[in-house]
Amino acid sequence: MANEAAKLPEIAPQPGAVFPIEDDAPRVVIASQWQLMWWKFRKHRLAMFSLVIVVILYIIAIFAGFFAPQSTASYQRRYTQSPPQTIHWFDNGQFAPFVYGYAQETDPRTLRRSYVVDEENKIPLGFFVRGDPYQIGLHGIPIPGIRDLALTLDVHLFGPITPGEPFFVLGADDVGRDMLSRLIFASQVSLSVGLVGVFLSLTLGILLGGLSGLVGGWVDNLIQRTIEILRSIPQIPLWMALATAVPPRWDPVYVYFGITVILSLLGWTDMARVVRGRFLSLREEDFVMAAELDGVSRSRIITRHMVPSFLSHIIASATLAIPGMILGETALSFLGLGLRAPVVSWGVMLQDAMNIASIANTPWLLIPGAAVVITVLAFNFLGDGLRDAADPYH
Amino acid sequence: MAKYILKRLLYVIPTMFVVSMLIFVTIQLPPGDYVTNMLESMRNQTGGTTWTPEFQEAMRQRYGLNEPMPVQYAKWIGNIVLRGDFGYSFQYSVPAEKMIGDRIGMTLVVSFASFIFTWVVALPIGVLSAVRQYSLADYFFSFIGFIGLATPGFLIALVLMFLAFKYGNVSLSGLFSTEFENAPWSIAKVLDLMNHLWIPMVIIGVSGTAGLIRIMRANLLDELHKPYVETARAKGMPEWRLLIKYPLRQAMNPFVSGMAWVLPSLIGGEAIVSIVLNLPTTGPVLLNALLWQDMFLAAGFLMLLSLFTIIGMLLSDILLAWLDPRIRYSEGR
Repeated sequence: MANEAAKLPEIAPQPGAVFPIEDDAPRVVIASQWQLMWWKFRKHRLAMFSLVIVVILYIIAIFAGFFAPQSTASYQRRYTQSPPQTIHWFDNGQFAPFVYGYAQETDPRTLRRSYVVDEENKIPLGFFVRGDPYQIGLHGIPIPGIRDLALTLDVHLFGPITPGEPFFVLGADDVGRDMLSRLIFASQVSLSVGLVGVFLSLTLGILLGGLSGLVGGWVDNLIQRTIEILRSIPQIPLWMALATAVPPRWDPVYVYFGITVILSLLGWTDMARVVRGRFLSLREEDFVMAAELDGVSRSRIITRHMVPSFLSHIIASATLAIPGMILGETALSFLGLGLRAPVVSWGVMLQDAMNIASIANTPWLLIPGAAVVITVLAFNFLGDGLRDAADPYH
Repeated sequence: MAKYILKRLLYVIPTMFVVSMLIFVTIQLPPGDYVTNMLESMRNQTGGTTWTPEFQEAMRQRYGLNEPMPVQYAKWIGNIVLRGDFGYSFQYSVPAEKMIGDRIGMTLVVSFASFIFTWVVALPIGVLSAVRQYSLADYFFSFIGFIGLATPGFLIALVLMFLAFKYGNVSLSGLFSTEFENAPWSIAKVLDLMNHLWIPMVIIGVSGTAGLIRIMRANLLDELHKPYVETARAKGMPEWRLLIKYPLRQAMNPFVSGMAWVLPSLIGGEAIVSIVLNLPTTGPVLLNALLWQDMFLAAGFLMLLSLFTIIGMLLSDILLAWLDPRIRYSEGR
């Protein structure tokens, strides 16, 4: 605490604060570390905006069935590869959203189907409409008992008022499945891979990095050499090699965890470096020395004094590690080495866009790529903001 | 300096040794081997012939697939070190080093070109963004940089392929025009290569460039506000000479060490982008070798890719030591 108190007078009062400076000063002085960090984080506009985006993305992923107009499995053979429809919000000046249906024409020579907007056929849309049934809850976890903690509903946020009418805001894929619905369901996998993967690499990283920084000596040497060696193998080829070891016939849930473990097997090294560096620099700090002189036990020094003072840095590094995991899963699934159908992730969806023929005819198959970019950008900015805020005294 | 280089060079040997073990174990991880894989694919094809058990046994015997893993490893690494023999590629029925040799040269050309691109672009832009902080150019390049960081290379490749098809009606795949694909090397073929090379070069280089720009910008900004810069300016030193002579030299260090982490991502990115663009490099063959458990071929590729990475990191360390006497003296002894 001595250290914190010594640095406090340097804090600049909040610009734009309503209070005069004299009144504001005590507020800063008595604020907790987390409060100071929040104040600092709030000033980083892009990071705040990204936080909102990330929260929205996760809400959509959790309630995917509600936000998606259809289920992932439902398809309409008549509408394979149909292009995105434009939503018309007003009909004759009244709020009544609708899309136009499609009339099909088949080229007599190439036998390729093409779709023409059929202005005669208006498909009325509405909010909170009934459609495909879906589950919300813990049904994805294959443990009896937990699996049953889910609700089955059939109300969708937005969709055609008559269920089964063609409604493809982002187009349909080769089988006639709605891209938007698949995109939303895929976010469940793509977004959770990042979290689970970072959790695993964080656990490994804190364990090994902490060991390295605290014990030192040959343990430190061994762990550091291991990290160096792991980092000298190009990551993507090694991921590819490891991913082939996951048997394709496994249950999708095991494949999911297999891929996540593979991603974290290489991801922990960065975490371990951060943790080790923090432990090494904190060991020299006055407040640790003071605690030692007071006869505080070693484990208490670590848990009560050292960990809280670098936890924020760890959170920031973990956030910055999430994009790498998401990109890794996308790349592996795209190559057909990661998750496989019927599981949908953004990478699995992008697999359909692998060759020039399909992109040329159905460019909307690239849309999952945009989802990846937006998510990764949001996490990058969020991580940047957290990293800046992690050091509120700076 | 010589001592430092020698020390780092010697360090490559044990590193490669451990890396080779890791690679060999990884390659052996999937259940079954090439023979079982082949059998299964023959079974799936209607009316496909199957190998007799005797033939399977002979095949395993010949390539030592029945032996315990340490023995297999010892034979494999022994042959590589002593004879440059990387084993046999089951898929292509040729020695693995022949397949690898054909492909790895092109991988080197593409990776090296992307690497040069990364540097040539990142250095001036990084300096510009720092010197003209918050200018329009700074914002523009920061924006492009963030997009570049967040977009996987294969996605850029797909989007470019689409745009080229739609608006230019050209195909971006491959490294050579059809008429040169199997032609012997000539000046015309090299020119044709140059004509195709820039596309993968830019695609693979983009994310590394974005990262390096950020490093350069951040470090140069830190240096620009230090008192020694003020002093030099107060003494009337011309702005550009000042920049290049002092703060830039300081900011170069993290930039050079950034090279070490850009390299593995370049080589890895090359693997995926080359699959999408169908380049005659490592990526497509490596992917197939992994899927088919053509283990010696896959292991050989992974070994050489790792070797390149390690050599690249070594060069970056040497360059860093050459730039910064502090590193030279503290580690040279």
